[in-house]
Amino acid sequence: MTGDVGGELQGRVALVTGAARGQGRSHALRLAAEGAAIIAIDVCGPVGDTPYPPATADDLRRTADLVRSSGGAIVADTVDVRDLAGLTAAVARAAGELGGLDIVVANAGIAGGAPITEMDAGTWQTMIDVDLTGVWNTVKASVPVMLAQTIDRQRSIVLISSANGGLKAPPNLSHYAAAKHGVIGLMRSLANELGPQGIRVNSVHPTAVDTGMIHNDFTYRLFRPDLEAPGRADVTQLFESFHSLPIPWIEPIDVSNAVAFLASDRSRMITGVTLPVDGGLSSR
Amino acid sequence: MAIPGSRLDGRVALVTGAARGQGRAHAVRLAGLGADIVLVDVCAEIDSIPYAQAVPAQMAETVRLVEATGRNAIPIVADVRDAEAMAGAMATTLERLGRIDIVCANAGVIQLKAATSITAGDWADIIGINLTGVWNTIAPALAPMIAQDSGGSIVITSSAAGVKGPPNMAHYAASKSGLIGLMRSLSAELGPHRIRVNCIAPTTVDTDMVHWPEAYALFRPDLDAPSRDDVAGVFASLNVLPVPWIDAADVSDAVAWLASDDARYVTGIVLPVDAGTLVK
Repeated sequence: MTGDVGGELQGRVALVTGAARGQGRSHALRLAAEGAAIIAIDVCGPVGDTPYPPATADDLRRTADLVRSSGGAIVADTVDVRDLAGLTAAVARAAGELGGLDIVVANAGIAGGAPITEMDAGTWQTMIDVDLTGVWNTVKASVPVMLAQTIDRQRSIVLISSANGGLKAPPNLSHYAAAKHGVIGLMRSLANELGPQGIRVNSVHPTAVDTGMIHNDFTYRLFRPDLEAPGRADVTQLFESFHSLPIPWIEPIDVSNAVAFLASDRSRMITGVTLPVDGGLSSR
Repeated sequence: MAIPGSRLDGRVALVTGAARGQGRAHAVRLAGLGADIVLVDVCAEIDSIPYAQAVPAQMAETVRLVEATGRNAIPIVADVRDAEAMAGAMATTLERLGRIDIVCANAGVIQLKAATSITAGDWADIIGINLTGVWNTIAPALAPMIAQDSGGSIVITSSAAGVKGPPNMAHYAASKSGLIGLMRSLSAELGPHRIRVNCIAPTTVDTDMVHWPEAYALFRPDLDAPSRDDVAGVFASLNVLPVPWIDAADVSDAVAWLASDDARYVTGIVLPVDAGTLVK
C-alpha cells in the first residue's frame, strides 16, 4: 500500500459496499489504514447472470480478517444493495456499534455486456437495480445517520461510477452506461442538496481495474471475438490502446488512493466532482 | 512499477507565481512532501493588472518557508511571457538540482471587465500570461522529462471559470479554457512517457487576486466602498459549500495529490477544487 499512511481518518466510520473483494476490499483496507472503522457490506452471492464468479461469505470474512489483523475495527454484514430495508437496518446497526457514520463509499456494482438486440429486459433491470438504484439505496440508508450525528466531523460520500460506462459509452454496454451515467446525475444533485449541510458528494471513474470483473472468459471473448479461447495476454495490448499511459489496466489501490483523497479533509473544498482514475481514457 | 505513495522525496518541482498566494502554498506543500523547489515569479508590476503584483520580499519569504521544511529553494525572477527567460529557468533547474519531475504552472492574472471594455492590450496580457505563459513554462521541461525516462507530473492551474464562462472576464475565461485543451493534448502525447498532465480548476481563492476595490465594487454595485465582509455573501452564493472562498492550501492539497504517485494513473483530467460551484 502507500508507504506513508498517516491516520488522517482516525475516529471516523466508513461504509463500503461490495467490500468482500476487489476494489471494495481495497477501499476498506486503505481507509482502515488511515484509522477509519469500517462497515463492510456485500451480497456474498450471485447477482443476476454476471459472467464471473460471485463474491462469497469467505471473501467478506477475509476482508474483515485483513482489517482486524492490521489493527482496524470492522463490522461486516451480508446485504444486497437492492434491499433498501435490509441496508437501512444494517447501516443503522453498524453505525450504532461503531459510533456514527462519516464516509460512504458506494462501490458495489456488476458488469456485463451485450448488443441491445440480444439483451433481455431482465439483464437491463438487474443492472439498473444494482449499479444505479443500489447506489441510491446506499445513500438513502446512510444520509439520515450522517445527519443525525451531533459531533462536528467532515463527512464525505464517494460514488463509484466508471470511466468507460460513466464518461464514455462504448457499444454493447447500454445498461451499464445508463446506470453509470445515472450515478453522475445522482452525485451532482446530492452535492447541491447536501453541501449546505456539510456533506460532500463526488464520483470516481476508474478505467479497467485488475480484478475478476474484467479478467474472465466472457470479457476476453467480448474484446477478442477473433480468437477461439482468448486469455489475459491476448487482451493486454488492446486494453493498453485505450489509455494515454502505457498501461492495460490499473490496480485496486489506485482507485482506493482516489477514494481516500475524496474521503479525507485534503479534499474538504471538493464536491460535485467526477474524478477519473483512467490513464487518460476519457480525455483522448 | 512504482509503489504508489504521497511522498515526493528526491524529486524536483518548478512552481510559477511562487512569491505568494497559491504558488507559495503549492511550493511549501510540495517541499513538505520532500521535493526541492524552483520558484519563479515576475516580482514586478504589470500595467494592465488592477492589483499589485508580488514584490521581491514576498519571494524571499517563500524561499524561507521552503527552506524551513529542510528542502532547497531556488528563486528565479522571470516573466512567464518571456520564453527565453523560462527556458533559462529550466536550464538553471537542471544545472542546480539535476532533474525535473513536477511542473506546477500556476502563474496567472485577472482583470474584471465588460467585453466592450477589453482592449487589444488587455487581451494580449491575459492570454500572454495565463495561456502562453503556461506553455512557456511547460515546453522547456518536456525534453528533459522524456530523457529522464522516469515519468513526471505537470499540474496546470486552470479555473472554474475555464469550465463555465462567467461574465466580465471573456479574456480570462478564454485563457483558462485554453489551458484545458493544452492539457488534454499534452496528456495524450506524453502519456507513453509516463508524464501525466492535469488541470486543477479552483473556485475563488482567498488571495490578493480577489481582494481589490474594483472587484468588490463589481460584486456590490449597490454600495459606495464595499469591504471584504460586504462581498463575502455574494461570493458564498456562487458555491455549494457554505464558504465565500477557499484557502490556497485547499488547492495545494489537490496539487500535491496529482503530483504524487497516489495519482500515478491519473492524467488528462480537470480536477475542480471549487466548493461545488460548477454543479450549482
